[in-house]
Amino acid sequence: MSQSSAILLSLTLNGEPVQVAAPAHWTLLEVLRYKLDLIGSKQGCDKGDCGACTVQIDGLPALACLTLAALADGRSVTTVEALGCGPVVHPLLDAFDRHDAAQCGFCTPGILMAAESLLRRSARPVTRHEAASALAGNLCRCTGYTKILDAVVDASERLRAEHDDGR
Amino acid sequence: MRPFSLIRPTTLAAARARALAEPQARPFRAGGIDLLGLMKEGLRAPAELIELHALSATEGAEMRALAATEGGLRVGALVSLAALARAKGLPPSFEALREAASSAATPAIREAATVGGNLLQRPRCWYLRHPDLECLKSGGASCLAEGGENRLHAILGGGPCYIVHPSTLAAPLVALAATVTILGGGGRRTLPLEELFAPPRERIDAEHRLAAGELLLALELPAPAPGLRSVYEVAKEKLSHDWPLAEVALSVVVEGQTIRGARVVLGHVAPIPWRALAVEQALVGQVASAELFARVAPLASVGARPLAQNGYKVALTQGLVRAALHRACDVPIPE
Ligand SMILES: Cc1cc2nc3c(=O)[nH]c(=O)nc-3n(C[C@H](O)[C@H](O)[C@H](O)COP(=O)(O)OP(=O)(O)OC[C@H]3O[C@@H](n4cnc5c(N)ncnc54)[C@H](O)[C@@H]3O)c2cc1C
Ligand code: FES
Ligand code: FES
Repeated sequence: MSQSSAILLSLTLNGEPVQVAAPAHWTLLEVLRYKLDLIGSKQGCDKGDCGACTVQIDGLPALACLTLAALADGRSVTTVEALGCGPVVHPLLDAFDRHDAAQCGFCTPGILMAAESLLRRSARPVTRHEAASALAGNLCRCTGYTKILDAVVDASERLRAEHDDGR
Repeated sequence: MRPFSLIRPTTLAAARARALAEPQARPFRAGGIDLLGLMKEGLRAPAELIELHALSATEGAEMRALAATEGGLRVGALVSLAALARAKGLPPSFEALREAASSAATPAIREAATVGGNLLQRPRCWYLRHPDLECLKSGGASCLAEGGENRLHAILGGGPCYIVHPSTLAAPLVALAATVTILGGGGRRTLPLEELFAPPRERIDAEHRLAAGELLLALELPAPAPGLRSVYEVAKEKLSHDWPLAEVALSVVVEGQTIRGARVVLGHVAPIPWRALAVEQALVGQVASAELFARVAPLASVGARPLAQNGYKVALTQGLVRAALHRACDVPIPE
């Protein structure tokens, strides 16, 4: 069995330029977790079923476990770590906290990234149905989803109010 | 996954030549959703993946296009399901396609998955996908579903293998009379999409009629006849994030109240997208009404031979056809 060669990737990761070498056949999830130590994105099923690995590529939700790292070259990748870096608590994190929307937390990073992409692309507060559709690929074994949807809708209303206040 | 190299040809000719040299070991990669899944499950171990997104702007233009034609629509094989679902200005007659594209798989998968890859993905039969089992399609002597766990398998057109065709886009595209353009050794050819699919009786190693190294370039939907409406109906165990148990996409041409044309295509009940010809024939020339729909819907399962566990698909399919006809023809469902 031939060893595949290493490749050098240049990407924008959570807003910062990053260069990283990795085996040519690795997925983006493997590079994030095992080369860059960004372990927020979870390795659940590792084949598209659970959504725990959801990140954003150029702002759109992507499954890091089914994305070849080589194809993230030159793109902008955002992981859940980006949400924790701002000067103020991100409204989604705050809403997840207030609504108790995370229990074991394994699904939470993927859900936050899917939800953030929805809220950023929505010109008005999202409905429960829109939130549920956007999270259709994210499995949660603990919460029963009710509190997650409460939190996403709540966060979207706050984001809109902040936006309208010109903040 | 076993190590492989990612090859990035910029021309169609180079992509095809590379694949043709060793077709089994060098698949094209489009969205990679099905391919990486199969590789992770150990069902495929390619030496190279040939990256279709690497095609230059000119060489890949046809495969990336999503554009109106004279009244119709061209959909490149590399267009993502999400782009198709979001497309502004799709003619309302093509609603079945939009509904199916926004229902298949999950939002993140739809961003990556392509129209071509969706039509060419391998079946989800749990015996075929099992790394330790050999069924007819994976080189074994018999279909393990026929006498095994078969609640998700075919009720129509099955045998000797009972897979259902996995593509959610196939039924609406066939219902809208799409044609597909293929690039092969003899150059380009265009055929009705229906003819792309091969039942297990004809071909056991694949579900399509492409020759090795052939590329699917684009689909074309002809301009809809005046009065054409189309809808997609699906039944799943869960509302979201689940494979269909059965689906129907249909188009009808309604003039006044009279049905002048119909294409009724069933999904996830047969190894290929299944034309319910008896329903189509019984509709044409008739006045749309609840009574008519109640009478013709049972014809959807003409010829059905359910296996031990999937008899429920007969009633389910009939119900979906009936619901779809009501919606397409705007006839209220009686209490
Ligand atoms: C959790 C989950 C749920 C899902 N639910 C659904 C569902 O409800 N409905 C549904 O339809 N699908 C569903 N899928 C499957 C998914 O939609 C398909 O795997 C995807 O559409 C495949 O497209 P792709 O572009 O990623 O194909 P790839 O994996 O890139 O390719 C698939 C195959 O097609 C070949 N190929 C691709 N493009 C071309 C081309 N232009 N010319 C020649 N050959 C080509 C490749 O070589 C490969 O053999 C689901 C998947 C998952 C993981
Ligand atoms: S880890 Fe990627 S979808 Fe489950
Ligand atoms: S909080 Fe445990 S899986 Fe969602």
